[in-house]
Amino acid sequence: MGAPPLIVARHLGKVYRLGGQPLAALQDVGFTIMPGEFVAVMGPSGSGKSTLLNILGALDTPDTGSLTIDGAEVSGMDADLLAALRNRTIGFVFQQFNLLRRTSALDNVKLPLLYSAQRPPDLRAAARACLELVGLGDRVGHQPSQLSGGQQQRVAIARALVNSPRLLLADEPTGALDSQTSAEIMALLARLNAAGLTVIVVTHDAEVAACAQRLLRMRDGRLVADAPTGASAA
Amino acid sequence: MDLRRIGEYVQLALTALRLNKLRSALTALGIIIGVASVIVMEAIGNGAALALQQQVAALGTNVVNVLTGSMRIGGRQLGSGGAVPLSEQDLRAIREGVAGVVAISGQLNGSVTAVHGAANWSTQVSGVHAEYFEVRPWPLESGRYFSAAEVAAGARVALIGSSVRRELFADGVDPVGELLRVNNVPLEVIGTLGTRGQAGGSDPDDVIVVPLTTARSRLVGRGAVTVPDVVGNIAVRIADGSDLTAAQQAIASVLRRQRRIAPGSEDNFTIRNFAQLLQARNDQQRTLGYLLATTAAMSLVVGGIGIMNIMLVSVTERTREIGLRMAVGARARDVMAQFLTEAVLLCLCGGLIGLLLGAAVTALVAALAGWTVSIGGGTVAVALLAAGAVGVIFGFVPARRASRLDPIEALRYE
Repeated sequence: MGAPPLIVARHLGKVYRLGGQPLAALQDVGFTIMPGEFVAVMGPSGSGKSTLLNILGALDTPDTGSLTIDGAEVSGMDADLLAALRNRTIGFVFQQFNLLRRTSALDNVKLPLLYSAQRPPDLRAAARACLELVGLGDRVGHQPSQLSGGQQQRVAIARALVNSPRLLLADEPTGALDSQTSAEIMALLARLNAAGLTVIVVTHDAEVAACAQRLLRMRDGRLVADAPTGASAA
Repeated sequence: MDLRRIGEYVQLALTALRLNKLRSALTALGIIIGVASVIVMEAIGNGAALALQQQVAALGTNVVNVLTGSMRIGGRQLGSGGAVPLSEQDLRAIREGVAGVVAISGQLNGSVTAVHGAANWSTQVSGVHAEYFEVRPWPLESGRYFSAAEVAAGARVALIGSSVRRELFADGVDPVGELLRVNNVPLEVIGTLGTRGQAGGSDPDDVIVVPLTTARSRLVGRGAVTVPDVVGNIAVRIADGSDLTAAQQAIASVLRRQRRIAPGSEDNFTIRNFAQLLQARNDQQRTLGYLLATTAAMSLVVGGIGIMNIMLVSVTERTREIGLRMAVGARARDVMAQFLTEAVLLCLCGGLIGLLLGAAVTALVAALAGWTVSIGGGTVAVALLAAGAVGVIFGFVPARRASRLDPIEALRYE
């Protein structure tokens, strides 16, 4: 247990204004995530889980409270530092894959490397290695339209991994996939977690959440439960 | 930003432009036309300036022309030539009274009909002194010039320009020694003149040159011979290196005395030199050049607005892509650089195509008009720089808009 925590969130708060009416998306959310954990975040829509994921992904900053990721305080960072954090430390996987159309799988995976300050000497080789890791070594030249949904999500995962991040964030990664493919994707995430990667998955699918070791439940912007997945499966 | 980064941006931009080939081509059209017109304008302008220089070299700049001035009668301004004509006495006064006169000749012009055998041709006759060919060098093609003695005697001899020769004589026939009937006066052709070529709409080779005395007594209509020793206009060659302006002033004062013009009243003659005429034409061409430059600049601006418009559409269409790039670590300046590169590259490609198009049009114009045209390296550089500048200026607003997108909003954009 000697390693320092990867994420420390304290009293996180975020308020949106919708037509002049303040709406508390997050209220007093706090938790700690250790390196190597596999965490699922569940909750009904509007519970604040997407806001939380955006903040953890350095796409957004909290209004109140403090958040440290990999030892760095996020709240005070400027746009360029946040971009570097997204590039180096965090890998993002989206429900809609968000691959560049008419662009090969290899070039899609290579994308984060273009914005990286410390690059591997051979970008193509690095991208190819990540595609092989997710089982698409024979699809490097295919464009998204030539790939199935599951394969597209694998490309997206390879893209998230290409900069060797410490944290993988997945926002409904199986939301657009059938159950068979979903299981494969979750198995891939579990395998990556077993290799030491910290994984946080936002989902409303209990089966998906069951793959994780720990479950955070959100409701009305608050964290209402934080327990190992076995205990909360009532 | 190192070179490798720039290379990557260029590659990215090329990919994006390739994905929308037709749109890219249409967008660049304004730039293509703008650059092409810059090229054509410059090439033709240079060609015209070159032709002008050649004309100056051919005709000499130290020739002064004295024309009969206008005359005012009771507030009515008569046209040029309305005043007392220039006479042999005026000519003699200039020759004797002005320093630096190398050669001097009258030039009495009229319209005539020339007949040779069955062929006839309406043309101009120019009655001149023997020195005329020293004032305005005009090489012979065959035969000889007439002499001062022939001028004094009013000899019935003629030199013909190449256009007259072409109209009246068959190819291969040497006109020298042939008899020509000009306004029913028989004249012996003693020489043919070399071709001077088209100049400003009139054909200088469509002329018969005869002794001034012959023209005065037999060829030119009575209307032109208002005094017995009329000489028409006077052309004066001033010695090389002399002050032309001083010579003009000297001629004016000699003529005022000779023609008894009271101090304070206007000259009844006009003095012009060829350099001034050329200068006037030069100015005219410069004005035309400015006009064309304005047109080219306008089409570049219009092209730039087209670029901006399409780039704005492109930014909107690619909102999700921009959001994704930001989510994986692109900074605002990376996005900005990407879209600016696209705009500049589009403009440069348009500029290159415009360059080729302009060169093609220039070659066509050169072939049709028979001009010497040239496209300088400076023109090419300016045209491409202008195109690149348009890309930066008009690509800036779309690029900034792209770079200011909020990644979360952009990712959600449908």
